[in-house]
Amino acid sequence: MITLVKRPTPSRGWAFATPVLAVIATMIAGGALFAALGKDPIAAIKVIFWDPLLGPNAAYFRGQLLVKAGPLILIASGLAVGFRAGIWNIGAEGQYIMGALAGASVALAAYPAESHLLFPAMVIAGALGGWLWGMIPAVLKVFFGTSEILVSLMLVYVAQNFLAYAAFGPLKNPEGFGFPGSRNLQQYASAHNPELIAGTGMHWGVVAAFLAVIAIYVLMQRHILGFRIRVAGEAPRAARFAGVLPARLVMFCLGLSGALAGLAGLFEVAGPNGQITDSFNAGYGFTAIIVAFLGRLNALGILLAGLLMALTYIGGDMAQLMLGLPTAAIQVFQGMLLFFLLGFDLLTHYRFRLGRARA
Amino acid sequence: MTGALLKIEGLTKAYPGVVANDGVGFEVAPGEVHALLGENGAGKSTLVKMIYGLVKPDAGAMTFEGAPYAPAEPRAARAAGVAMVFQHFSLFEALTVAENVALGMENPPPMRALAARIREISNAYGLPLDPARIVGDLSAGERQRVEIIRCLLQDPKLLIMDEPTSVLTPQEVEILFRTLRKLAAEGTAILYISHKLEEIRSLCDGATILRGGKVVGSCLPREKSARELAEMMVGGEFAATTRAQRKHGATILEVANLSLAPMSQFGPALKAVTFSLSAGEVLGIGGVAGNGQEELLATLSGERPSGIGTVSLHGQDISDLGPNDRRRLGLLAAPEERLGHAAVPNLSLTENAILTGTVRRPLTRNGFLNIGAAKRFAEEIILGFDVRTPGPQVAARALSGGNLQKFVIGREVLQAPEVLVVNQPTWGVDAAAAAAIRQSLLDLAAKGAAVIVISQDLDELMEISDRFCALNEGRLSAPRRTEGLSMEEIGLMLGGAHGMQEVAAR
Ligand SMILES: Nc1ncnc2c1ncn2[C@@H]1O[C@H](COP(=O)(O)OP(=O)(O)OP(=O)(O)O)[C@@H](O)[C@H]1O
Ligand SMILES: [Mg+2]
Repeated sequence: MITLVKRPTPSRGWAFATPVLAVIATMIAGGALFAALGKDPIAAIKVIFWDPLLGPNAAYFRGQLLVKAGPLILIASGLAVGFRAGIWNIGAEGQYIMGALAGASVALAAYPAESHLLFPAMVIAGALGGWLWGMIPAVLKVFFGTSEILVSLMLVYVAQNFLAYAAFGPLKNPEGFGFPGSRNLQQYASAHNPELIAGTGMHWGVVAAFLAVIAIYVLMQRHILGFRIRVAGEAPRAARFAGVLPARLVMFCLGLSGALAGLAGLFEVAGPNGQITDSFNAGYGFTAIIVAFLGRLNALGILLAGLLMALTYIGGDMAQLMLGLPTAAIQVFQGMLLFFLLGFDLLTHYRFRLGRARA
Repeated sequence: MTGALLKIEGLTKAYPGVVANDGVGFEVAPGEVHALLGENGAGKSTLVKMIYGLVKPDAGAMTFEGAPYAPAEPRAARAAGVAMVFQHFSLFEALTVAENVALGMENPPPMRALAARIREISNAYGLPLDPARIVGDLSAGERQRVEIIRCLLQDPKLLIMDEPTSVLTPQEVEILFRTLRKLAAEGTAILYISHKLEEIRSLCDGATILRGGKVVGSCLPREKSARELAEMMVGGEFAATTRAQRKHGATILEVANLSLAPMSQFGPALKAVTFSLSAGEVLGIGGVAGNGQEELLATLSGERPSGIGTVSLHGQDISDLGPNDRRRLGLLAAPEERLGHAAVPNLSLTENAILTGTVRRPLTRNGFLNIGAAKRFAEEIILGFDVRTPGPQVAARALSGGNLQKFVIGREVLQAPEVLVVNQPTWGVDAAAAAAIRQSLLDLAAKGAAVIVISQDLDELMEISDRFCALNEGRLSAPRRTEGLSMEEIGLMLGGAHGMQEVAAR
C-alpha cells in the first residue's frame, strides 16, 4: 500500500520541478486522449508544442504567441497578488469584458474625432471599468461578508449579458448593415492599438504585461505592501497584529486584479480583436487563473507560464485546423495542465511511502 | 524493575546549520518518570519527536521492550505503546470531548461505549471530565486532560509529555502530577520535558541533561537544587535578576471602563476593565489564561478597536487607532501565541523583524523594504537576546519554542517602547533565558518605560512587578502594591481559579 507522509517543510526542489512534470504528464495524458479520438498522438503533440515555434509557418505563429500571452500575463499577475493574500478573484473574465466595454465606449463616443489624447483616455476607462467590476465583490465582501469567489464568478455572466446588449444595441455599428458588433477600432487611427514592431505581435498590451510583471515582482518582493499581502496569506492573525486592515486588503487586491483585467480587455478590443461583439471574450480571464498557479503565483513564473499557455492556445487552434481535433478536446487538454499541476503539487508538501506502517 | 523499557543509542539528527541531536543515548525503565532537561534549543523536542516517529533520525538506534524500534510514523509508535501529549493542543473547539477523542482513534468504538470508557478512565486517574461537554468551553487544564485521556485509552507503556504544565494553574499541575505518579506506580514510563525545575525535582526519578544536542550529564533531580540543575543545563552560572531602584513618573497609559464583546464563540468578554500605569512601572496581571488575557492584549495593541475614550496614552484618546499608529506613539505589544500571531512561521527572522519593526526603525524607505537594515535589526535581536539560530535567514518555524519567544520579546524591547504589553513573556523559555527576559523588562522600566506583564506564573509576577492585579472572567481586580502582598490576598484576588481547588481536594 502507498501512504502519504507530510513533509516537515515544503520541498523547494519539487516546487520548481512540478510545473515541468505537469507539462510532461499533460503531454502523455493528452496524447492518450488524442489517440482515443483516432488521431496520431505524437503528431498532435508536435502540432501543439513544436510547430508554432519551429514549424514551417512558425514566423506567423511566433507573433501570435505574444498576442495571446499578453492578456494572460497581464491578468494573471493581478490575480496572483490576491491569491497570495488568500483573496480569490475568479471573475477576471467579467472584469476583462467590462474593461473592453468601457474603453471601447470612450472610443466610439469620440468617433470620428482624431486626437492623441483618445488612446490614453481609453486606457484609463478600460482600467476603471475592470476596477469597478472588481470592486463589486470587494464591497459586498467587506460590508456583507459575501464570498468573493461566488460573487466575482456570477458577475462574469452579468458582464456577458452587458456585452451582448452593447453589441446588439448602443455600441452597434450604424454602418454595419445590421450585423451585430461595433465599429472596428483597427480602422480608427486614434483608437487603434497597433502592432508596434511588425511581425512580433508586440502591442501596447504586451508592453503593459511586461511592465506589470516587473511592477508586481517589485511590489511583492521589495515593498511593504507586498510584504503585508504575503503575511496576510500566511498568517491572518499576524497580519492584523502588523497593522493590516483586512477590509483594505480585500479592496486593494480585487481592485488591482480587476483593473489589470480591464486593461487586458481594452488592449484586446482596440488591438488584435478590434471589435465589440457578443463573442468578444475568449476565456482569457479563466485561463489566467491556470497561468497564475502554473507560475507559482510568482511574477517571473507567470511570464513563462503565460507564454506556455499561449503556445497551447495557438497549437490547439492549429491542431483543430490541421488534424480536425474538436475544440472540446483542446480545452480538456488545457484543463489537464492545471489538474496535473495541482496533483503534482502534493509532492511539494507530501512524500509517498511504499508499504504499510510497521506495527 | 528489570531492564530498560526504552533504550536509545547514538541518536543523531541534523537540520541545516544545526545538529539538533548529536549521538544522544539514555535509558528509561518501566515505571520511571524521566526528565529531559536542557536550555532552549538543546534538542529536547527533536529527541521526543524521533521517539514518537514524527522526525526520522539520521543515525542511531532505539530499542523498545528489548526489540529494535524505528517508528516510521506516529501510528507505528502508538501501536508499539508510545503516546505523546503535545504542548499545543490539537482539539476541535466545536466538538465534544468524546468526539475529539474518537477523531484520534484508528477504530473508534460506538460513541456510547467510548463515553463510558472516558468516564471510567478519567475517574480512575482523578481527571474528572464529562465526555459530552464541548471542548470550547473547557479550561486549558481540562483540555489537556482530553489529550491525556486520549493517550491513556491506548494503554501506553511510555507516555511523553513536552512542556505540559506551561499553561496550567498550580492547582491543575497538582492534579496532573497525582495522575502521573499513579500511572508510574502502575508501570507506565513517563518522559517529561519542562523548564520548571521545582516541578521536576518533585516529580521525576531520573533526568538526562542535554546541551547543544549532546547529553552532558544525568542526575537524580531530588538530590540537586533547582539552581544546580539550571547550572548543569547552561554549563555555568547565571545571574539572578536585579531590580534597580525605580522612580515612577507621570501617568502614561490609562484604561477606563473598557468592555468588549467576546472575540470568538467560546472566548470571554472584557468587563469594565480599568487601570492606569505610570512611567517606570511594571504592572503584573495574573490569572488563568482564557479569562480575557488575549482579548486585553488585542485591545491594547490596537488589533481590536475599543469604545471611544477607553484607552488613552499621554492623555490622548487612542481607542480607535490601529497597531501601527500605536507603535508610532510608543505603545508596543508581544502576544502570547508565537507561531501565527507574534511571528509568521514560514517567513525568515529578517522578515519577522519587519513585521512589527517598520514604524520605529528605518526598515523601509518610501514604502520600499530596506532588506539590509532589516537583516541588521534581526541580527541585533539575535545577538542581544541570545537567540540560538544559524542566522536571520532561518524561518521562524525552525526555531525551538523558547528561542522564538526570545526573538519576539527582543524585537519589541529593542524598539525602545514607552509602553510595552507582553503576554506570557517567558512561556517555554529556559530558566537562564527567562531570567534574561525578565531583566530586560526591568531594565526597560528603569529607563522610564511602563510595562504590563500578563502571566500565569505568580513567582514571575512577584519578582518583577510593582503592582499586581488579577484578570478573572474578563474582570480586572484593582491593582495592589506587590510589596507585602501575602499569598492569601493573591489567592483572593485570583478569585478561586476556576473552582479547581474543590477538585484538588477530592
Ligand atoms: N524543522 C526544523 N528545521 C530546522 N531546524 C530545526 C527544526 N526543528 C528544530 N530545529 C533546530 O534544532 C534545535 C533543537 O530544537 P528543539 O525544538 O529540539 O529544542 P528544544 O530543546 O525543544 O527547545 P525549547 O526548550 O526552546 O523548546 C534548535 O536549534 C532548532 O533551531
Ligand atoms: Mg521544545
